[in-house]
Amino acid sequence: MTDGFSGFDVLVIGGGNAALAAALSARETGASVLLLEGAPPEFRGGNSRHTRNLRCMHTAPTEVMTDSYPEDEFYNDILRVTGGQTNEQLARMTIRASASCTAWMKGYGVRFQHAMGGTLHLGRTNAFFLGGGKAMMNAYYAHAERAGIRIVYNAEVVDLDVADGRFRSARVLVNGEPVAIGAKVLVAASGGFESNLEWLKEAWGPAADNFLIRGTPYNKGKVLKRLIESGIESIGDPTQGHCVAIDARAPKFDGGIVTRLDCVSLGIVVNKNGERFYDEGEEFWPKRYAIWGRLVAQQPDQIGHCIIDAKAMGKFMPSVFPPAKAQTIAELARLVKLPVEKVVATVKAFNDAVQPGTFNHAILDDCHTAGLKPEKTHWALRIDQPPFYAYGLRPGLTFTYLGVKVNERAMALRKGGQRTENIFAAGEIMAGSILGKGYVAGFGVTIGTVFGRIAGREAAMQALGRVENGTEEAPRHAAN
Amino acid sequence: MLPTELMQEGEHLMTVCNACRYCEGYCAVWQAMERRLVFKESDLNYLANLCHSCSECYYACQYAPPHEFDINPPKTLAKIRAYTYQLYAWPQPLAKLFRKNGLLVSLLTALLLIGFLLAAGALLGNRLWQPVRSGDIYPIVPHEVMVLTFAAVGLFAALALLIGFLRFWRNVGERYSALADPAALARTAKDVLRLEYLDNGGAGCTYPGTESSQSLRWFHHLTFYGFLSCFVATTLGAIYYYLLGWHGPYGYTSLPVIFGTVGGVGLLIGPLGLFVLKQRRNRDIVDESQYGMDVSFLVLLWLASVSGLLLLFLRESAAMGTLLVVHLGIIMALFLTLPYGKFVHGVYRSAAVLKWALERSRPPEHNVEV
Repeated sequence: MTDGFSGFDVLVIGGGNAALAAALSARETGASVLLLEGAPPEFRGGNSRHTRNLRCMHTAPTEVMTDSYPEDEFYNDILRVTGGQTNEQLARMTIRASASCTAWMKGYGVRFQHAMGGTLHLGRTNAFFLGGGKAMMNAYYAHAERAGIRIVYNAEVVDLDVADGRFRSARVLVNGEPVAIGAKVLVAASGGFESNLEWLKEAWGPAADNFLIRGTPYNKGKVLKRLIESGIESIGDPTQGHCVAIDARAPKFDGGIVTRLDCVSLGIVVNKNGERFYDEGEEFWPKRYAIWGRLVAQQPDQIGHCIIDAKAMGKFMPSVFPPAKAQTIAELARLVKLPVEKVVATVKAFNDAVQPGTFNHAILDDCHTAGLKPEKTHWALRIDQPPFYAYGLRPGLTFTYLGVKVNERAMALRKGGQRTENIFAAGEIMAGSILGKGYVAGFGVTIGTVFGRIAGREAAMQALGRVENGTEEAPRHAAN
Repeated sequence: MLPTELMQEGEHLMTVCNACRYCEGYCAVWQAMERRLVFKESDLNYLANLCHSCSECYYACQYAPPHEFDINPPKTLAKIRAYTYQLYAWPQPLAKLFRKNGLLVSLLTALLLIGFLLAAGALLGNRLWQPVRSGDIYPIVPHEVMVLTFAAVGLFAALALLIGFLRFWRNVGERYSALADPAALARTAKDVLRLEYLDNGGAGCTYPGTESSQSLRWFHHLTFYGFLSCFVATTLGAIYYYLLGWHGPYGYTSLPVIFGTVGGVGLLIGPLGLFVLKQRRNRDIVDESQYGMDVSFLVLLWLASVSGLLLLFLRESAAMGTLLVVHLGIIMALFLTLPYGKFVHGVYRSAAVLKWALERSRPPEHNVEV
């Protein structure tokens, strides 16, 4: 079958932020571009359709960010969340390149919220898309079509022909029909494998059955797997990723932001045996938010129950699902099918251990427990004002970090560190090169945008013969 | 009471949207929503009228159909809005006129036209078809008759709209005393007269299609300011007649004629543009049941403009008598149906914008810390 899919300079696999940044960047460098999006048009955009902002370095206030966020502070934030599992050179390059991202995105019609206001109070470190990530993707797609980028929806890449680090063609199901598509250069921007339930099970064991996938059901990781199988160096641990605690009633896929729950700090969390298992008052959201997914994943049956009382209501972002509600703790435990006596005892022990203090949710206050295991170190108030409420918590997997290793030119590396000849990678599929574990809000989009732009430009240069493969070139992107 | 199904749809919308809040940068609906945790019927009524149907939020929505959450703010809010028009209508028995508004307007217009023409024919006989010296209209319709009938219809429409406004104001939980806030009134005037919420910071809105455009805003401006200009022309005519003692017809360079002509041209282009946009809009996000009401208002405005301009340019010809009667019939139909048709959106939307101007300076009902 020849249907106009072959003969392009650059083939971009993927349809999210990194893919579109790569496609637009390759096009502006002069290459012809074919983009394969696995989803139908209404669900296009990968996980980017659920994103909201990107983290950007800046040395002075901008239209979309307040104050300043210098390179070193940004890098220290990365260092802290990854516990050192990062690549300083790539991380710093990404951070420096993030400074020019919003201007470039605006050039493609992406609109941002003004710096002041906003739900997360992240106006200093993050630039927020007006309308969120789907609005950003709509702007990108509209510009891509105008720029003459060929976009094919419902195009699932099922196999890659890669030999000795050289990409030759991809086997693709376009609306279910198999097609072989060749191109001079490949940009793989097809995300991670978080919606591949079998692969998750390989990595996590049976616990994975109870994971909810917060984003797109289209990230099956097929391209990632094929690249690793064909000799590309992998990086990262398959059990690492961004996993948050979300409402247990969220849909299996695509629940997005509205399934988040942030009442953990206002009460206690018990597992299915009615026992507390971690300090609910350790950290602020979003740091707290980023660790609770893994904590719940490590509990039996991967379920937690957050118990709060009337005092907490109205103090956290409302969830999309109503909580269970009862006049006594025993009744509440019965309602959510927890061991009643154990839960009553846990709440009583907690209440007895609460020390007097001045509650202030905006700071790490002095309300804490004494003599408990584990303690609750801040915001500890007795759970004593009916009605009582309970929300179920499940691990909500957002994205995975197992990926392919790249260099500063976004070129995928072969096992042993050799370059591939014509394979570039951008976005979640290579984010593990920078994020070994942990997460800071908006950094995924930053990596996608920065590496998407680099990969697109480098891929175009290579396809157009402007770069001798193998020559060492100083990365030009870091400075612009 | 909102029909149960619509109430549930509104609550579901606000529950999902208030947990997401990605749209908070778009318009006042989302900022007003964030001040609340619970959405009573009165809250939905307010938010529905605050919505300008720009559709930006729909295209940005990660939960829009075919997502299982099935979030469609412009459509749900349009449905609630249509219900509020009936809720606030005065006198209440006439509220059901909203339901078959297109039919009502067409029938009433036809009846008035036939009635006026028959009456004029019976009263004037052949004189109706004779050119009138220098375009003077009063030999056709005596001045007193015109003033009395149109004053009565105009005052009735104004009273009905005022009562509708007051009913909205109470329903959404505001006191009359809150109206005495010059800063909020000034802000509202600016937002309404600029169509701030169809502008989106200069980008326009995703209407009729997925690309942002200023076309809705500009065609609406032509319509609104065209209407206003015609209203000014009439007022000036009254001032000339009563205060200055200048009797018409006024020359082509006189103020009433200039305002009337400019307004007429606005009403010629504006409603036509809005009608064309309406044909091209995305059907997934509109409440189709309001199509008749919307279109009949546009058609009436357009006919008022066409008949008025023809009357002006042919006022010294033999057609003048007929044109005058036709024009008056259309204007009569327009004013009689104002309180029971699309026109009321201007009243309730402005009132909602005013409530927002007041509300934003008050402490929120809920201020969720995150």
